Amino acid sequence: MTPMFSHIPADQRPTLEIFVDGQSVRARRGDTVSAALLASGLDVRRDSAVSGVPRLPYCMMGVCFECLVTIDGVGNRQGCLIPVAPGMRVEIQRGKRELGK
Amino acid sequence: MSVLRSDNYDLVVVGAGPAGIAAAAAAAKAGATTLLLDENAGPGGQVWRGLTSTPLTNRDMLGKDFWDGQLELEKLRSSGAEVLQRATVWSIDPSLQVGISHGGASRIVQARRIVIATGAMERPFPIPGWTLPGVMTAGAAQTMLKSSGLVPSEPTVIAGQGPLLWLLAGQILRMGGRIDVMLDTTPKGAFAAALPKAFGFLTTPYFRKGLKMLREVRSKVRIIKHVTRIEAQGDGQLERVVWETAGGKRGEMASRLLLLHQGVVPNVNLAMSTGAAHDWDGLQLCWRPRLDDDGQTTVPGIYVAGDGAGIGGVGVALARGRVAARAALTSLGKSGQDADLSAARAELAKANRGREFLDLLYKPAEQFRIPEGDTIVCRCEEVRASDIRSAVDIGASGPNQLKAYLRTGMGPCQGRLCGLTVTELMAKARGTTPEQIGYYRLRAPVKPLTLSELADLPMEPEAVKAVVR
Amino acid sequence: MAQVHDVAVVGGGLLGASIAWGLARLGQKVVVLDEGDAVRRASRANFALVWVQGKGAGMPPYANWSVEASRQWPGFAEALEEQTGLDVHYQRPGGFHICLNEDELAARQRVVEGMYAQGAPEGYGLEMTSREDLEKALPEIGPEVVGASYSPHDGHVNSLRTFRALHEGLRAFGADYRPDHMVDAIEPQPGGGFVLHTEQGRVEAAKVVLAAGNGNERLAPHVGLFAPMMPTRGQIIVTERVRPFLHYPLGTLRQTDEGTVMIGDSKEDVLDDGETRVPVSTVMADRARRTFPLLNRLNVVRTWSGIRVMTRDGFPVYDQSASAPGAFVACCHSGVTLASMHALDLARRIRDGGLGGALAPFSARRFADAPETLLNSDAAA
Repeated sequence: MTPMFSHIPADQRPTLEIFVDGQSVRARRGDTVSAALLASGLDVRRDSAVSGVPRLPYCMMGVCFECLVTIDGVGNRQGCLIPVAPGMRVEIQRGKRELGK
Repeated sequence: MSVLRSDNYDLVVVGAGPAGIAAAAAAAKAGATTLLLDENAGPGGQVWRGLTSTPLTNRDMLGKDFWDGQLELEKLRSSGAEVLQRATVWSIDPSLQVGISHGGASRIVQARRIVIATGAMERPFPIPGWTLPGVMTAGAAQTMLKSSGLVPSEPTVIAGQGPLLWLLAGQILRMGGRIDVMLDTTPKGAFAAALPKAFGFLTTPYFRKGLKMLREVRSKVRIIKHVTRIEAQGDGQLERVVWETAGGKRGEMASRLLLLHQGVVPNVNLAMSTGAAHDWDGLQLCWRPRLDDDGQTTVPGIYVAGDGAGIGGVGVALARGRVAARAALTSLGKSGQDADLSAARAELAKANRGREFLDLLYKPAEQFRIPEGDTIVCRCEEVRASDIRSAVDIGASGPNQLKAYLRTGMGPCQGRLCGLTVTELMAKARGTTPEQIGYYRLRAPVKPLTLSELADLPMEPEAVKAVVR
Repeated sequence: MAQVHDVAVVGGGLLGASIAWGLARLGQKVVVLDEGDAVRRASRANFALVWVQGKGAGMPPYANWSVEASRQWPGFAEALEEQTGLDVHYQRPGGFHICLNEDELAARQRVVEGMYAQGAPEGYGLEMTSREDLEKALPEIGPEVVGASYSPHDGHVNSLRTFRALHEGLRAFGADYRPDHMVDAIEPQPGGGFVLHTEQGRVEAAKVVLAAGNGNERLAPHVGLFAPMMPTRGQIIVTERVRPFLHYPLGTLRQTDEGTVMIGDSKEDVLDDGETRVPVSTVMADRARRTFPLLNRLNVVRTWSGIRVMTRDGFPVYDQSASAPGAFVACCHSGVTLASMHALDLARRIRDGGLGGALAPFSARRFADAPETLLNSDAAA
């Protein structure tokens, strides 16, 4: 799938590697997890906790909680507020969070 | 959480946008122990987002207004204020104890005065299909642009009203991004006269020729005026945007991205949770805290500055931040502040006269604020307009009774994305005013924190007695 | 005088709505007079347990009443669903009261023994459970849990949906629900019947039922009744939704049908429900994670506090006035647990005009300072 967003050519920041559902993704240093996911071209839609319908980030500023994602094993984190880090493991959430995750 | 220098501060400021930066810098410079807390990775808030980290290093790209932020940031850096990024304030109680979450741990800090500078958020835009993946706020696109240098690369529709919409479209186009259609929802008549005027307020070296940019957008983007209905359609993903104009013309466009914007409103959750009184602003159609001339709320010692106090824009935010900080210091008996306070008040009066961000005075049309049919109102709990009208029929008299019936506002966003819609929708359904309907009762935590963070806080014997019995 | 309304129920919370729904179901013309959106409402702040164990220690008829309530709940839930299509998720898997140390265990043992010593209801079934047995039912418990008491009658329900179902049901029965109608005064009429003065004018009814929670204390003297209340504040924590992991309700911890985890509860002699106290949440959170360590990483999304409706001795009060027959009062803490009895049993008694001997023990005559005007139907008979 072509990504909805692309980096402008002027963006010369170094990249780093994160893993999205186990798959290696190059992200730019300084990007938030949500920005990296939206630029990845992967299907990064999560399922809502109530009816399981697909959702993507809406506000990108910490308000809407549509960007919830599992980061390094911890569920329901706001991906739009957390910068990517080398080796970070991101999982797209399917429905409600599991206890212990 | 051991990163903080102290458990006690003269002033705690929440939010490192223009108002928070100005408040913290002014207070610390005057000798107050000052802590500035912000939940983002870097300072700047929304308007100066990515100030220290944006990949758009060519200064023309974001304009003078953006880079002016560096001057304010420099003042903050040299003031001696302690700044903690990625710190979420989840509680403020009437004794001015502040609950802070940082790096997975929480801590309570005692403040003598607090300035809440949590800024604005975009007004909810509840159209059919607005929960589909691919529907975002225009502000979200601007955030992606400023902090990550990301622009839309697929067929894109932008919809709503106000100069920010045009500004963003211009920025995206200039950086090689894609905007195909603009759906202008400004009601017929109001628009033509107001737009050039509004652009006057946004004039910067970068956009000095606002009308030129307007022409530029017009030359590259198909503009549909007087749009009265918008629907996002698709199966699990935005596939097309459908619209209708005041003239009854219908149109549609295959698209994977729809950017929505109809102005910004104060982000009031934290201030409201302290018990501070808020009033309905009939002009800006939102709640704003009841403040005295110093920016102090009805809760002694708690101030609100910036767009959270009522939308005013950068200049007003900076001035309000300085007024609140200096008034707070004066009330703490920090001598020699009175002159500074009157200077700050003069700055505020001047900034207010400028009345930036006229876009907020554009009243979004009712059909885009008060949805009909089964359009989702509460995104988290998936509550629809029709559900809310049915609940009113069985006797729901306000947002809190509505919560009991439908769970509206009880999800993780804690009513931020549905609160205004619920108030206005219930007011209309019950034939009364938003003031009469009121708002959700908000309580700590205003942002989620883990159970262990809560459990790891110090145990008070009184509290143990209240629970273990 | 002919009345438009057979009964005016004062209070539209779970208690008032249950009684009103029961009356409307019996064909009575009911008007419910309620307050506005921002008032203290126990119906919005309860823990949603249908809970029997330990209730009525010191008052055996209350223990019986609670067991009977649990037995009536399935029929009540079914009637609500049949009428409104709303599943209120009543479940009765039995419930545990968890003990985190030997002192708590010993104290709980004494409660259990006390219930039997005072004459427990038939089939009461309350018993202590060892840690080993508990692990079979609750494999996720933490190492500090030493045991529990268990009652097969305990369960839980979606109380907010019950509340909504009652209100939808009231509307379907043609009852007249009026929010923003706080009652200021009630005047018994010489020829029978009552005039209620509300913030929005007069309402007349042949009978009146006071179901205004702690507000009953103020209203009861208007009609020769007595409702000595002793409210306290309680605080609750709720987490984000998680997949089902907890299949039994515990006294202070339960997973809702929606997936959230509710953690209770506190008791403070403070009557401001506008704030929640972080230190109280800390203690509750600590107990919850010691019970289930896996809860540690869950996000807390809300805390709230509510003012408990509580009579001075903690037991329900049901009475009919002797000086103004047709005026009834109902006060109790357990508006969720007892909803079935209020809807199916108490409503019928009120329609019939007398509470009957079975409810005599619940008369406020038991308080030393009760007025002489009090009557219970057994005394009237």
